Amino acid sequence: MTEHIAPAEYAESDRVAARLYTDPDIFDREMTQIFERSWVWVAHVSELAEAGNFKSTYVGRQPVIVTRDRKGTLHTMLNRCRHRGASLCEKPKGKVNGFTCPYHAWSYGLDGKLRGIPYPDGYEGVLEKGELSLKKLRTESYGGMVFATFAEDGESLEDFLGDAKLWIDRFMKQGGGYPIKVLGKHQFTFRGNWKIQLENTTDGYHFPIVHRSWMASVDSETADMMSFMTDESAITHSLGNGHSVMQMVPEHSDLDLDDGTEPLQARFDHVVEELSKTLDEAQVRKVVRAMHGTGFNLNLFPNVSMSAAFFRVLRPISVDETLIEHVAIGPDGPPELDVVNRERLRIHEHFQGPFGFGTPDDAEGWDRVQRGAAGGPDLPILVNRGLAREKASAEGWPTSHVTDETGMRAAYAQWKEMMADD
Amino acid sequence: MTETISTVDTRVARAVDLVNREAELLDRTEYHVWEKLFTEDGIYVIPIERDTDDFAGTLNMVYDDARMRQMRIARMTEGYAIAAVDSARTVRTVARFVPESVSDNEVVLRSAQTLIAYKRGNHDLWAADLVHRIRLSPEGPEGDRIALKVIRLINSDEAVQAAGFLL
Repeated sequence: MTEHIAPAEYAESDRVAARLYTDPDIFDREMTQIFERSWVWVAHVSELAEAGNFKSTYVGRQPVIVTRDRKGTLHTMLNRCRHRGASLCEKPKGKVNGFTCPYHAWSYGLDGKLRGIPYPDGYEGVLEKGELSLKKLRTESYGGMVFATFAEDGESLEDFLGDAKLWIDRFMKQGGGYPIKVLGKHQFTFRGNWKIQLENTTDGYHFPIVHRSWMASVDSETADMMSFMTDESAITHSLGNGHSVMQMVPEHSDLDLDDGTEPLQARFDHVVEELSKTLDEAQVRKVVRAMHGTGFNLNLFPNVSMSAAFFRVLRPISVDETLIEHVAIGPDGPPELDVVNRERLRIHEHFQGPFGFGTPDDAEGWDRVQRGAAGGPDLPILVNRGLAREKASAEGWPTSHVTDETGMRAAYAQWKEMMADD
Repeated sequence: MTETISTVDTRVARAVDLVNREAELLDRTEYHVWEKLFTEDGIYVIPIERDTDDFAGTLNMVYDDARMRQMRIARMTEGYAIAAVDSARTVRTVARFVPESVSDNEVVLRSAQTLIAYKRGNHDLWAADLVHRIRLSPEGPEGDRIALKVIRLINSDEAVQAAGFLL
């Protein structure tokens, strides 16, 4: 008989045991102790722009519906009838007045209240409708990012995000003065544990190796922009609560800072020409300079990254399978900006998605980690790169080079805390 | 009622031949030969939304003109892309050919494609409706080219495996 070791003990500050990727018991525990306690990203506000809009998604392994009711309030509710448990909604998104269960036609409002039960006489003296609303999760949003949690009390979303809020504000500046909207999304699965993907969005080290074929296919300006391996100003900060930010292109971290000396990329000349018919020069510059998004990846524990020009959302399916969404975004403005959003879609397609020039190579790398980690479950996975050169920034954030593993250490510290025995 | 077009029509038969030849080239990963089957303005697209024809205005999995196609093939053959180096083996069947329109210079052909991808013990199934717009050459079948190929996966709007091969 092996000695009982608490899962949290498998993670140290600079290494984690490979069984964190492969042990189904640890996975089950992560689903309850992390995904059912933490704030989990469920939507962007543009997906729920109008009253009656809904989106079906998951929090951990549990199916939920996110809605906007008539008063404008956002709700996240289990996608499960309170009668016999049937799923209420199998559409990914849409606009409705409410939800009616297909099994016995119990009907619910956009706020989850039970409104109607057919043939109610059988329930006289048996149930109170007021007690059978859909099971609700706490829902809060910041900067257009909507999160939900099963935790009935505990810290607010803003407290949980903490110093990450500043970076969310900066990320949203890529709208160039307009709000951000979702343009579409790629969805793909890989045969590996969710934390392999969580690590990847803060892994600058893999970029020129795994993405060599993408680098070779883009224009030299874009390739130069992503040449951060030896750029000392390219740094990663740990922001607390498992969040981190990796600044690959620091001169684009705050898009409002623009001294006008940086030339716009020649590949966007046709966009500039088109936009210049209706927008003034300063507006055109703002939108076109933000075409590749911001210069950083903001990794929010546990399931969403705001990555340069898109959102990366992960959903654990099982210990060795994970679903990823790459959500394309762009400015939500007048039709004149369609040319910008079409260009942003093409940039997104070039790298992202199951047939992109980047994602399939990432997925191959992650599959290989899962397969390799089956060997030596107690051999460490190293996340110690840059430990000796990590220093606190002026803000007090642990900081190291963008190719270092500061962001992974941040995520595993939060993992360890949440996985500790109560 | 629209007139039914027979696959026995010699112009349609040329298009069917080309589609079958194309399928074999993709299974054999002879991408450089495959690329030459397209017209200069040819489009190769795997949309996400199953019912859209507005490929430019929506997000796609693949939306390639000649330039993108050429870069994609470079990526898949030059040996740096680990997904392509270690890609799944594929066998595909294209069948259920239904001609949509036919003239002496163009055939639009609908079909069904069932592809099995095998990699490291897993057989993955990829099913799709295809549309080919084939430009017929006055020089004969050797000059026939693909002007448009649309692959509508039955699960295009949900998650698929990241792929190191082409559909």
